[in-house]
Amino acid sequence: MSEDDPKKTSAPDSGVSRRDFLKISGISAAAVPLIGTQVVEAAGAPVKVYGPGKVPIELTVNGKKQTLQLEPRVTLLDALRDNLNITGAKRVCDRGECGACTVLLNDKAVYACSVLAIDAQGKSITTVESLSQGNNLHPVQQSFVDNDASQCGFCTPGFIVATKALLDKHPHPTDEDVRRGLSGNLCRCGTYHGIQQVIARFAQKGA
Amino acid sequence: MPDYSWPTAEQRTLIGKRITRVDAPDKVSGRAKYSYDYFQQGMLFGKILRSPHAKARIVSIDSSAAEKMPGVKAVEILQKVGATVQWEGDEIAAVAAVDESTAEDAVRAIKVQYQQLPHLVSDAEPPANAASLAGPLSDDDIYDALSNQMPDQDLISLLQKNGVSFHVDQDFLNELKSSEVPDPVVQAVAKAQFHETTGARSNFQKAAVIKQGDVDRAMSAAEGTIEGIYGVPLITHCCLETHGSTAEWPAKDQLLVHLSTQNVSGIPGQMADPLGIPAANVRQKQDHVGGGFGSKFAADRWDIAAAKLSRKAGGKPVRMMLERDSELKVAGARPSAFARVKVAFNKDGTITGWQSQSWGTGGMGGGGMPPIPYVFNIPNQRKEHIAIRTNTGPARAWRAPNHPQAAVITMGAIEDAAAKLKMDPLEMFLKNIDLAKPRQDIYREEFGIASELMGWKDKWRPRGENISGSMAHGLGLSIHTWGGRGHESNCDLSIHPDGSVDIKMGSQDLVTGTRTCILIVAAETLAIPMEAISLHIGDTIYPTSGGSGGSTTIGGVSSSTRRAAVQARELLFAKVAPALNAQPDDLECAAGSVRVKSDTKRSLSWKQACAKLGAMPVTARGKNPDKEHPPDLTNSGVGGVQMAEVEVDVETGVVHVKKMVAVQDCGLIIDVKTAETQCYGALIMGISYALFEEKVMDQLTGRMLNPDMEFYRLAGISDIPELVVHMMTGKGYDEKGVIGLGEPPVISPGAAISNAVANAIGARVPFLPLTPDRVLKALNDRNLD
Repeated sequence: MSEDDPKKTSAPDSGVSRRDFLKISGISAAAVPLIGTQVVEAAGAPVKVYGPGKVPIELTVNGKKQTLQLEPRVTLLDALRDNLNITGAKRVCDRGECGACTVLLNDKAVYACSVLAIDAQGKSITTVESLSQGNNLHPVQQSFVDNDASQCGFCTPGFIVATKALLDKHPHPTDEDVRRGLSGNLCRCGTYHGIQQVIARFAQKGA
Repeated sequence: MPDYSWPTAEQRTLIGKRITRVDAPDKVSGRAKYSYDYFQQGMLFGKILRSPHAKARIVSIDSSAAEKMPGVKAVEILQKVGATVQWEGDEIAAVAAVDESTAEDAVRAIKVQYQQLPHLVSDAEPPANAASLAGPLSDDDIYDALSNQMPDQDLISLLQKNGVSFHVDQDFLNELKSSEVPDPVVQAVAKAQFHETTGARSNFQKAAVIKQGDVDRAMSAAEGTIEGIYGVPLITHCCLETHGSTAEWPAKDQLLVHLSTQNVSGIPGQMADPLGIPAANVRQKQDHVGGGFGSKFAADRWDIAAAKLSRKAGGKPVRMMLERDSELKVAGARPSAFARVKVAFNKDGTITGWQSQSWGTGGMGGGGMPPIPYVFNIPNQRKEHIAIRTNTGPARAWRAPNHPQAAVITMGAIEDAAAKLKMDPLEMFLKNIDLAKPRQDIYREEFGIASELMGWKDKWRPRGENISGSMAHGLGLSIHTWGGRGHESNCDLSIHPDGSVDIKMGSQDLVTGTRTCILIVAAETLAIPMEAISLHIGDTIYPTSGGSGGSTTIGGVSSSTRRAAVQARELLFAKVAPALNAQPDDLECAAGSVRVKSDTKRSLSWKQACAKLGAMPVTARGKNPDKEHPPDLTNSGVGGVQMAEVEVDVETGVVHVKKMVAVQDCGLIIDVKTAETQCYGALIMGISYALFEEKVMDQLTGRMLNPDMEFYRLAGISDIPELVVHMMTGKGYDEKGVIGLGEPPVISPGAAISNAVANAIGARVPFLPLTPDRVLKALNDRNLD
């Protein structure tokens, strides 16, 4: 796992199901105090427990504060898609393998399917929708259009966000930067050639 | 009669140019809405309980606990007690609940008892004499025989000898007749004796025995022969948007379904019967589809379940999208195909004989014989195919059904023959190219271009003679063909008095740029900007248009759009002619105006001209096919050539594709830019199935071992080498008319890459994907020889 590819989450090898795993990671991330939170002792230390029922959650999505009532096990991706109707980030593998759900969390690219909504509180969440205003596309988006780097388009929002994050960090990316920055996103139609053209243009003139 | 033919190269302003995909801005901004994105406050979420066993009898189903759970709104049992499930993941029951996790909890609360039965998930070579067609034929057997092109006489004598295992009724006979089954076969089915079936059917079915010429003589007279084994495993479609739909009932007996499909107009007819409502009461609506590749033609059992659950829950929308694992297990796989091949040839490289024993599986249906030998019609042939019925889950059409498998088997065997002769395979392919009639001249021209673009002559070395250090270099090639005639399509085009134009068509844009191409054709015909036209597709309230399969869409929609636009233009000319003091026939549309051909100064702007329509718009219906409005605007039959350059690390067995060249013909190209993208995408998909993809089945449990995107590996951006695409255009191509492109370029990559690896390492890796373990084994076997 490279520092440039923070999206990768390691799968639990304890035999715990993913939902359970997410619940556990939720327990340990008791950053935001909530009314009605239980405190239990786990591994010799007191930890706060949310749920299992719905709890209030506040998310800042594309600069706008949103208050939701969600079970603690709900992922950021599902909160965005199924509660806020923000559907640019796609659910494809739902386990941190394909990158179609990539969003920025405090300007860092993450897989929204592998972040719990409660863990995204207090952070700025940026989705593909915020990169353009009407027909004014972000330069990365415009370059995807010009280089025909989308076919069915289902992986495209994730690729756009990942490419933006890559170029923000490496305005003149090397092949190795691209490999690290974009290998976490998969496409089925085969638009990588177009995406390579996008990157080549920015590598040349800078993002 | 107006002239419907495609404008000439000099007249074209949009057709054949490089036009940017019109819906790309929606896709890059996240605005594009897919079925998976359909959302309504208060909607319900559906989940399916699936069989954990590859084959089992359902002993009991108890859903009472699930039904009592808070938040559960409806439960549907999908299979009867006593039924036998035939693959892991087969649907048992469905639940709709207020949110997804409640639905998941409810599915877990349904108790099912199974009696496990022995399964078969292996498509390894059948034991000798395992295959039989003994016993009476089922309806499936008859369909299999027909789709495997069993000679009519063989099928008739089989029916006479063995009879049938089911009661043949008039419906079945009518079905055969409407599928254009020859009358003697239909009569033989009608007359066949009914026999009660005894015991289980064999899993191995002799699906085809085909002879041509005298292969024994060809083999004994040949100056050389090679024998080899080649194959392609089951792979999955792995659409990024999984299969599924959201169903809702806006009124009693009125179904609105948002189904992810490549077959918008075909959905109502599939949903009506199981739901007991008229097809006319089903509306299918979809803006964008996240991939299909041949797997999204049907309203599936889960879609019907969603509609039933919604009806039970008072009509609220129920979203039922498959999980990733289910998508890979049950939503379609490409049949596997393997073959032992013997090829006879002369010292000059002329191929004289082909003998093959092939086998493969497409799940319970068995699957058909790939069209081998592919493209080359070798004079003497004997081919046998055994279809293996397995519990691996259903097969579905995968881009260019059976052709990629046929290419791997055929092109591999010919390359092996060339290697035995120490001949450049390019030379050997050209030597035999007349066997590729009627497209031999196209292939010749394409080979010339491809070898230039690849630098073939400079780079090619005989097998195993291009190794530096641990890196072996190799080149490989393959050719392919496909039909691609346009499907049935209806297009309504309206010109409004204010100058606006709209198009309505029940088609879909299956990643190929269909929207872009419809607009190009209409804008070219009316000589107005593409942005001036609003296009409405993806809804069954619009005129029907065919499903997007077999590369039939572009020919269908471009032809119907052209005819609609020409006819609407004629209607406009009739209204405008008096104002220009001319006859309608004297008018033309050019550069945003309507003008007199012989005196172009006499003109009206498009807006002024449309104002002459009066109060009502004009609407024209364009159709394809349409013999009454000639010429035929679409055609069938293309040829393509591909070459691959690879680098193989002989210590690790890792294959790296360094460069690929695709030279492709598809008749008149509407949009070169999206056509090229289609080819780049096909090369990439080809690299993916050549190097990585395989649906791996566990023999013991009968389950798929890699139903996720970590272990069902797709190519990533860093696997993609230099890609060169050359589209054949101009004289000899444009006048063919419009032909589809979805299938052809995805056929050859596996064969070309496999041949390049054989050339690099000096040994054939028999089966795709060309994984390091297989490469190392081939190297090891070579060293033992």
